[in-house]
Amino acid sequence: MSVYSQIASNKAKTVLIIFLFIIFVTGFFFLIGKYFQDPTTYFVIGFIVSLVSTVGSYFYSDKIVLLTTGAKPANKNKYFDLYTVVENLSIASGLPIPKIYVINDPAPNAFATGRNPKHAVVCATTGLLERLNRTELEGVIAHELSHVKNYDILLSSMVGVLVGTVALISDWIMRSMWWGGIDRKEDNRDNRNPLLFIFFMVMLLSTPFVAMLIQLAISRKREYLADASGALLTRYPMGLARALEKISDDPHVLKTATTSTAHLFIESPFKAKNTRSWVTSLLSTHPPIEERIKILMSM
Amino acid sequence: MTIWILLGAVVLIILYFIFTYNGLVVLKTRIQEALSGIDVQLKRRASLIPNLVETVKGYAKHEKDVFENVTKARSALLAANSVPEKAEANNQLTGALKSLFAIAEAYPELQASGNFKDLQGQLGDTEDKVAYSRQFYNSNVMDYNSKVQMFPSNFIANMFGFSKVEFFKAEEEDKKDVKVSFSDKT
Repeated sequence: MSVYSQIASNKAKTVLIIFLFIIFVTGFFFLIGKYFQDPTTYFVIGFIVSLVSTVGSYFYSDKIVLLTTGAKPANKNKYFDLYTVVENLSIASGLPIPKIYVINDPAPNAFATGRNPKHAVVCATTGLLERLNRTELEGVIAHELSHVKNYDILLSSMVGVLVGTVALISDWIMRSMWWGGIDRKEDNRDNRNPLLFIFFMVMLLSTPFVAMLIQLAISRKREYLADASGALLTRYPMGLARALEKISDDPHVLKTATTSTAHLFIESPFKAKNTRSWVTSLLSTHPPIEERIKILMSM
Repeated sequence: MTIWILLGAVVLIILYFIFTYNGLVVLKTRIQEALSGIDVQLKRRASLIPNLVETVKGYAKHEKDVFENVTKARSALLAANSVPEKAEANNQLTGALKSLFAIAEAYPELQASGNFKDLQGQLGDTEDKVAYSRQFYNSNVMDYNSKVQMFPSNFIANMFGFSKVEFFKAEEEDKKDVKVSFSDKT
């Protein structure tokens, strides 16, 4: 029952995020338009840009994520264990078998993406496959399949791509402001409202920050949930607990992960263990791994 | 006023009936789907057997009893209709295959054959998949059975003839000893 309410809440949140994204981007363009004294054109451009990027990210977020992380389709003979574990656990959870990808990187990690169980992708790094035995791998894959079943993948992939888009837009505007905005016609300058300019600058700078906070709020609780439902699937919480231990003990950092895809992974691809202040815990995409292991051990 | 309250209550009860009935139908359909998932794996398992028997025969011609047992268990599995029958036949086949693999231990050339290893791997994989599809089936049966038995949905279940469904029983063969006879071997 809780799985179905989880699905409904994820879909609702996805719609909300899309809505906020469209309003945000369109409003943003509108403000820029005000600054350049052509609000209507910028408003329309902003609306089109946000619409296109939401539709695009709905259908292509999985491909974009796979592209940015450098994942390659897994060959069944070469990655026999990964393949059969994914197949078996999909059967056990009644999901269609997802596409299976591998990232060639020594840092052990895994993620799932896609828009629904029929268009889902499960991806593991070669480091993960080398380090874990079959039971531990089952724990990790069960965790990922729970994300698929819950529609966490839809929400987190879309957030990843939309956050990436916001970052891209603000970056682009920042640059065009820097190079183009300042040395415009001098006589126009007096007509611009300085207050608006300050407001605009603040918004511009806070955009990536806000986007990042959304991303964090979305991802942390669901890791606990996926741990629990994954353990229910394998009936063996120790498998995932040991896998998490191995993953957190590993010193490697996943090179291809970016801030807009970090929350997709089973454990944060950036290791920031030695700086455990409230700022890091506020900004970390994942709950502390010791906590997750402790909960799994007590199951 | 009272008539409206009564009417409202009747509408609510009817709505509850509809939702519960539909819920039961959905759960029952899921069970059937899960069962067909098991069937796929059982068929795959059965289809690997003739090849395996042929391969082992090539090295161990004399173990006729074992081959017969395996072939018999295979056709029993293919003929099985109900869930308990299927579970039983599958267990029989598991037992017969155990004897077959136990015998194969005595033939190093057979053990070294790539074909044999491949078949053994595929069979092991299929057995895993049977177990996982059984897990999915049983968890669906559990959902359905609890709804059939719980109050007040049990009334509606009784009224429309939704009865409890049997679980797909796990193999008990693991506990039994494997009998191997090397009588024909010299």
